[in-house]
Amino acid sequence: MPSAAPAHATPHDVAFQDEVRAVIPRMSRLEMCVQCGTCGGSCPSAADMDHTPRMVFAMVRAGQRQEVLRSNTPWMCVSCYFCAVRCPQEVHIPDVMYGLKAMATREGLVPDSVAPDFSKTFVDNIHRYGRSYEVGLIARHYLRHYLTRLPGMAPMGIGMVAKGRMGFRPPKAIKGRDDLRKILARAEELEAGS
Amino acid sequence: MSQYVYYPGCSMDASARAYADSLEAISGPLELQLIEIDDWNCCGATEYMGISPTRAYTLVSRNLALAEAQKNGSRTLVAACSACFMNLAKTENYLREDKTLAAKVNAALEAGGLHYTPGSIDVRHLLEIIFDDIGIAAVHDHVTRPLAGLRVAPYLGCLVTRPDLDRRWRSREHPQAFDRLLRTLGAQVVDFPPRTDCCGGHMTQISPATGFELIRRLVDAADKAGADMLVTTCPMCQMNVDAYQAEMNHYFKTSYHMPILFFTQLIGLAFGIPAQKLGIGTEIVSSRAALAKIGIEIPVVEAQQPVGAGAAGPPRRPRAKQTGLPMPAMPGESGEAPR
Amino acid sequence: MSSAQEKIGVYVCHCGSNIAATVDVEAVSEWAGQELADKGVVVARDSKFMCASSGQELIEKDIEELGLTRVVVAACSPHMHEKTFRGACARAGLNPYLCELVSIREQVSWVHSDRAAATAKAKAVIAGGVLRVGEQVPLEPLRVPINPATLVVGGGIAGITTALEIADAGFAVHLVERQPSIGGHMAQFDKTFPTLDCAACILTPRMVDAGMHKNITLHTWSEVTDVKGYVGNFTVTIKERARYINAELCTGCGICQEKCPIRVQDNAFEAGLGFRKVAYMPFPQAVPKYPVIDGPNCTYFEKGTCKACEKFCPTNAIDFTQVDRDVVVEVGNIVLATGFELFDPRRIEQYGYGRLPNVFTSLEFERMSNAAGPTNGRIVLRDGVTEPKTVGVIHCVGSRDRNFNSYCSAICCMQSLKFAHLIRDHTDATVYNFYIDIRAPGKAYDEFYQRVLEEGTVFVRGRVAEVTDSLRLPAEADAEGRLIIQVEDTLVGTQRRIPVDMVILSAGLEPPADAKETARLFGISCSSDGWVIERHPKLDPVATMTDGVFAAGCALWPRDIPASVSNGAAAAARILGRIQQKEMALEPVRATVDEARCSGCRICNDLCPYNAIVYHADRAVTEVNPALCQGCGTCVAACPAGAISGTGFSDAQILSQIEGLLMVSASGQLREVVPA
Repeated sequence: MPSAAPAHATPHDVAFQDEVRAVIPRMSRLEMCVQCGTCGGSCPSAADMDHTPRMVFAMVRAGQRQEVLRSNTPWMCVSCYFCAVRCPQEVHIPDVMYGLKAMATREGLVPDSVAPDFSKTFVDNIHRYGRSYEVGLIARHYLRHYLTRLPGMAPMGIGMVAKGRMGFRPPKAIKGRDDLRKILARAEELEAGS
Repeated sequence: MSQYVYYPGCSMDASARAYADSLEAISGPLELQLIEIDDWNCCGATEYMGISPTRAYTLVSRNLALAEAQKNGSRTLVAACSACFMNLAKTENYLREDKTLAAKVNAALEAGGLHYTPGSIDVRHLLEIIFDDIGIAAVHDHVTRPLAGLRVAPYLGCLVTRPDLDRRWRSREHPQAFDRLLRTLGAQVVDFPPRTDCCGGHMTQISPATGFELIRRLVDAADKAGADMLVTTCPMCQMNVDAYQAEMNHYFKTSYHMPILFFTQLIGLAFGIPAQKLGIGTEIVSSRAALAKIGIEIPVVEAQQPVGAGAAGPPRRPRAKQTGLPMPAMPGESGEAPR
Repeated sequence: MSSAQEKIGVYVCHCGSNIAATVDVEAVSEWAGQELADKGVVVARDSKFMCASSGQELIEKDIEELGLTRVVVAACSPHMHEKTFRGACARAGLNPYLCELVSIREQVSWVHSDRAAATAKAKAVIAGGVLRVGEQVPLEPLRVPINPATLVVGGGIAGITTALEIADAGFAVHLVERQPSIGGHMAQFDKTFPTLDCAACILTPRMVDAGMHKNITLHTWSEVTDVKGYVGNFTVTIKERARYINAELCTGCGICQEKCPIRVQDNAFEAGLGFRKVAYMPFPQAVPKYPVIDGPNCTYFEKGTCKACEKFCPTNAIDFTQVDRDVVVEVGNIVLATGFELFDPRRIEQYGYGRLPNVFTSLEFERMSNAAGPTNGRIVLRDGVTEPKTVGVIHCVGSRDRNFNSYCSAICCMQSLKFAHLIRDHTDATVYNFYIDIRAPGKAYDEFYQRVLEEGTVFVRGRVAEVTDSLRLPAEADAEGRLIIQVEDTLVGTQRRIPVDMVILSAGLEPPADAKETARLFGISCSSDGWVIERHPKLDPVATMTDGVFAAGCALWPRDIPASVSNGAAAAARILGRIQQKEMALEPVRATVDEARCSGCRICNDLCPYNAIVYHADRAVTEVNPALCQGCGTCVAACPAGAISGTGFSDAQILSQIEGLLMVSASGQLREVVPA
């Protein structure tokens, strides 16, 4: 699906590819892409993406910063790693997707807020408890984004609670919760510094 | 008694309680001792990666550091949840391969008084322990109530055999070991090509249409193959196919009823352990009807091969009678293996 | 120091700016003339390009006019111009082995950036050369006779070409082939691109020529098991495997094949798509025409019964008592034309080869399309009956893929285009070609691509992700029983699932599975994949680093038929040149054993990579065969008694060179070195 903004309206940023590579902690080999399309061909959610993974790499190479960071592609990635094991150039595609998500979130360039909100909520729970808190996560998420699904979900929700698979109470925070916070804060500092 | 350090993951507490219960129930007979990492934290699933990759690896590394430091621990860290396993194994591999990342992560861990030496922990999935360490033959020895007549679709999910950075699996798309395990329990394993396809992960929360479509593909394939149920190894897969099946049916106007159980639950049943102890009945799509078929003679056990050297290959097709043009021999059939 | 007694000329090359930009060559030349005068240097010059005629003439003139007895050239690596400067000396009457070329380019200017340090190092290197050259002695090259017979290993199109060229020139050739017939893979093909010649029609005349040529001895169903010797004088053992057919009596009538009751899958010639008998000729035009009995599958050998072939043979040519026999031949040169094997697509599970019946390899399709093949040229599915309505041809299977082979197999694009053409020619099927790039560089190749486009083949630019029979219902319900090719159509930017009936995998080319053993057997190098390594990839593509052993065709790398034929002819030309010269000069840089000092400990015996060391048990001493010795120095270093020295690299020469190097400090000053 083509993006809304016409290409000529966006200044081409040739350093963009380097920027993306730098966000990924390890060598992603993004620059080795030969545009064969194996990733786009393997991806189970390709049909719902604005651009196939391969197209995103072409756009990165072309410096189309805005289009790439606004694309829903990284958010539609299910992390199944089919692309990664089949890529003939050994590009670490899921890593690139994670990197793009991080960049998009940082710059507020996400296509819509559903996925980033979900991630943020999940991450907030980790900061608070050291563990994930499913009920809290689902509740907050549905109230913000899927109000209309709630009635249809009710039987499932009730079923899960009845069978003891969903606890309302938040988890007990891990003992090392404060240490974990310090660790993550330090990691954030180191990341910003690099 | 085989001892391992164990990482349960957040879902074991509640949504995948059945996995935890059944695993505990079969640990005794299998002489498997899983020692939980003290004070482990969430692995971050795929969520933390989307916020910040470096912080995500650090989050996972805290667990590796704790595992390394654990006094009563072994060198092997076992995870039963495929997503947790993937995060732990991938992080461990990355720290080993990339000194810069390892230095950064350890600098952060230091703020919490921790340190991890890359390479000191061997991360393995529960299935690898069962295939390689315990052995399918040993599993067979404890089978007292074979599941003969039960038709199962072996659904591994995507993160057991992928990305497999340390190359432990010979087949990353169609491994056969899981099929063999289920056959050892007496079940009939149907032909299920999407055995390592993705269930959609968190897509039911991000893009329901996508999530439901991925679930539908699995359920439909199992249904078409005549399976009574799907059998899986991952809490996320189980939750998606189980808890969201109704909504999926509603979305597509279909009426599938395909239960999905954890493989540990089936092992437990085959061991003669009562269903309640295995969390059976906690699934939303009920397995009652499907399970009303168990209990015939134990089949001949097949030769057990470890995951690393196993004759992994595409699923075996029923051989058509030899008319038409001949097919090439597959590895294991003629003794000739591809290079 | 002996150098002081000589008259040494030192020549320092600028090499344009290659050396001069980093090393102050004029200063170095001046320094050598002054500071090394008491070490024997009588003249020191610098020049922009010593290798040019003007540079060489400088040397020649000085030798003639100044009576130089030694020459040191400081320039590029000996690999480049050692021969050039030796030649200049020889022309001026100085023994070429009294000239030493020291590298101040590869070893100084190209690896350092600090001008002062590089200049000092250049001085040190030259000082080393000067002292060394004083210890050098005149040498004469070894001359070895060239046996005019040639061994060609591999009877495919490259090997046949070489054999015919040499045989037509009047010299003997032994052509060894491990299959029962010569012809190689080309004999399996249907048509060849881009001319669409029938492969067998253009190949079989060559095969017949080779089979009937009075100068060619065919050894089919045979393998080389041992190679001894050196260029001009190889002794090769060929194991001729038992055919169980007496060639003297066999008329090639084929009755044994007809009467043989056992049928097995033919994994060689028919690429597994058809069957053959246990007593069989691989194909009707086989050369030689004698069949072979496949022992391991033969009822007689298994149970002692049957012998139908023997019963019906009209000339009593069946001989079950035959055994493998070794034939020893003496040849002067060897050509390796061992060809390729197809990449095994069972390794790529997502393409389903071996699991999904209607997925075929390129070779299987060649056999299918071939009018003499198992389907008599009909394009049909695995059931042998149904004609496909849609066919997908997948390029780059196992090639350009770091998970398997990262290289491009060169011929598969053209082959895939050919398949598209053939299918459209034989049937009404729709053909899709799935590619990453279209590689059509050869003569009339891109024109062939144009033709295939005109014929209506559908091209989808996308590397196929998966071939599956698992349908996504209900949308794909009408594709029941068919295959789905899942691919991203990159030019459109969407994932597509295209139903087809048949899939053809253009699998890549690989070296034969035993390529490394072959390399070891013939004493040559091959890459880690198994490709034979040529002497120079640009300028010497058919010679190897081992004198007397050449290579041609796909043994070197995937290539098309014209290239293989060219290689074969090139190797033949080189060999004919050698034969015509009757003898060859070998480098005299060799190891020699001082028998008086040799204690017979034999430590050196197994170290020689060229099998040049011989132990004489009667005298308990070791000797080095100067013809085989390549002067690597391994035995020289290993000998605990110091009994082995090398002409061209004696202890005295090496030690004096070290002394020279150490004489110059890091700042370029001369200093005394106290001998150890």
